[in-house]
Amino acid sequence: MYRFHKLDKMTSTRCAVCKYFRRRCPPDCIFAPYFLNDNPQRFICVHRFYGASNIGKMLEEMPVQLRADAVDSLYYEAKCRIQDPVYGCVGIITSLHRQIQIAQSQLAKAQAEISFLDANFVGFEPTPSLSESLVQQNGFEQGLDDPFSTWFY
Amino acid sequence: MRSQEPRSSSSCAACKFMKRRCTLHCLFAPYFRADEPKKFAKVHKVFGASNVTKILNEVPEPQRQDAVNSLVFEAEQRLKDPVYGCIGAIASLQDKMFQLQHDLAVAKARLARCSTRTSYPSCSTTSPFSMLDGEFGMTSFDAFVVDQGCGLTTELRQHPFP
Repeated sequence: MYRFHKLDKMTSTRCAVCKYFRRRCPPDCIFAPYFLNDNPQRFICVHRFYGASNIGKMLEEMPVQLRADAVDSLYYEAKCRIQDPVYGCVGIITSLHRQIQIAQSQLAKAQAEISFLDANFVGFEPTPSLSESLVQQNGFEQGLDDPFSTWFY
Repeated sequence: MRSQEPRSSSSCAACKFMKRRCTLHCLFAPYFRADEPKKFAKVHKVFGASNVTKILNEVPEPQRQDAVNSLVFEAEQRLKDPVYGCIGAIASLQDKMFQLQHDLAVAKARLARCSTRTSYPSCSTTSPFSMLDGEFGMTSFDAFVVDQGCGLTTELRQHPFP
């Protein structure tokens, strides 16, 4: 009876990772706060692409207060990769880039039209700060578009 | 007993990294050339060789180059930003998109006011830009919430990262 009682206690307090590996979950288990017992799919999803030891190493290398966000981001990326095995979340980034390009074209057109009205219309009062802010919005952020220009376009 | 598998003349970056024999049928060889050792090192650090093997095996051969490219990019982003990885880049692009959406709405509101207030005969028909309306058709900005089946961006909207 004592053995069964002890097993029940171990089973009920193990995190999803230790349950997956059928091992004892120590009190200082690095995975326990982020992979709860009631959501085994979360770990299975992340483990499929990163592996438990890589996840453990990543978590050890970062401050404790950032680990929850790190695990969330790994989970989102893993879900994306399940949905799109070829591009994963990079597909979303590419798509967002395309949408931004379209929006910037429309903004440039609107800006040009405002400038035209500014030059030709009576009673049209331009707002210089708005025009300038529209110009500033046209630039890409540094370092995000270079990889895509060589890979996907 | 030595393996009967034929040997390639030079090891790919993956086999060099893992210090193993690179065969002619090596899965990594077409995508991790010997002159790009860092590429495999990054992917190995984040995903691990066996996981990369599984991922490549699940993808049809014509798409494996793109799959490797996306894995390399994800690994680079994760090494640059160990906490948020690619999600940080997505959040940043979404912020940019929101800002663009706002600026465009403001600009279009101004143009709409102009068409009702000014003395110019017609804003919409004589403006040189009116003929370009077909080229730069309106895009629903809700379309940027790309749901490729995973609902990620919807989740990011609900639970945005800082």
